[in-house]
Amino acid sequence: MNLVNLSTLIIPFLVALIVIYAIYKKINVYDVFISGAKDGIEMGISIFPYLLAMIVAINVLLKSHIIEDFLVLLKPVLSCIKIPMPVIPMAIMRPISGSSTLILMNDIYVNYGVDSFLGKLASTIQGSTDTTIYILTLYFGFVGIKKIKYAMWVGLFADLVGVIASILVVSWLF
Amino acid sequence: MINKIWAFFIIIGILYGFLTGNIDLINKEIINSAKTALDMFLTIFPIIVLWVGIMAIAKESGLLDKLAKMLSPLLTFLFPEIPKNHESFGFISSNIIVNIFGLGSAATPFGLKAMKSLQELNQKKDTASRSMITFLVMNTSGLSIVPTTVISLRMLHGSSNPTEVILPIILATTAATVFGLIMDRIVAKIKR
Repeated sequence: MNLVNLSTLIIPFLVALIVIYAIYKKINVYDVFISGAKDGIEMGISIFPYLLAMIVAINVLLKSHIIEDFLVLLKPVLSCIKIPMPVIPMAIMRPISGSSTLILMNDIYVNYGVDSFLGKLASTIQGSTDTTIYILTLYFGFVGIKKIKYAMWVGLFADLVGVIASILVVSWLF
Repeated sequence: MINKIWAFFIIIGILYGFLTGNIDLINKEIINSAKTALDMFLTIFPIIVLWVGIMAIAKESGLLDKLAKMLSPLLTFLFPEIPKNHESFGFISSNIIVNIFGLGSAATPFGLKAMKSLQELNQKKDTASRSMITFLVMNTSGLSIVPTTVISLRMLHGSSNPTEVILPIILATTAATVFGLIMDRIVAKIKR
């Protein structure tokens, strides 16, 4: 049994476990599910404005191509440090937009091969970091936090550590 | 902060697009991305409703508290400001578990529930509490041992060994989480 098969088992198993345990505790599972789901509708709808606001702003920034142009300018500086060039756009996009990072990773798979060093490195960066800005806006927006203090800096720092660790670990293992 | 980032993205995007003659693209994008946001919403909305319903069962039966008790040594260390046996521990632990197993879609409803209960403890309602920031750092560092999306994409591209990146991912994500949390501790101490 490999890990992929294992992960398809987790959700059914989890749901079964929750329902069986609740029946054992004599809970009216259906009624509780319905009242919980009603709560979920309110929660789901209330996140839409934050989702919309962030997606519009991120896409406007991406479509202006300012990030690509900025990277071209940075190229001479970045090539001095020993960072594999093709993954730099990915590392920069990762905290901002999950879907465009996936597109960039796809490009690396197509251009360099999924089992190449760069392919493995891109996979590792993708798997070890997350869309920090998106998570921050959604979670803080949802509960009405306006002053997020140092949250973004620490979140971005964790992403940076993730990228550096990916480069080190992949170079070391493969 | 979010205020400034949002304005910065929009103003810079529109201005730069205008200066480089791409204003046409920007014009289309503003309308299109509203539709993109709706598509994304329609994907996650039913999943949120479903998981909040399932979670209600787990909470009612006491399973969520059980989970929180299991993880409590770790949680009380990471979140010293949350009172013992507070309900937010249950939501935080379930969020950690689904993230670790790579069930990203379920992580959002659990995470939002956790934020809501952390907000109840928060003294200044418009300012992020220390516990909230710690919780978000755990989420943004992408802690996971089953990176489902990456593995399925590698399979799609015909990788000879799609799962060989699991070990490097576990190592890198652990480093990101550990260093993120250490940084969070240090900054929290300084800024107090």
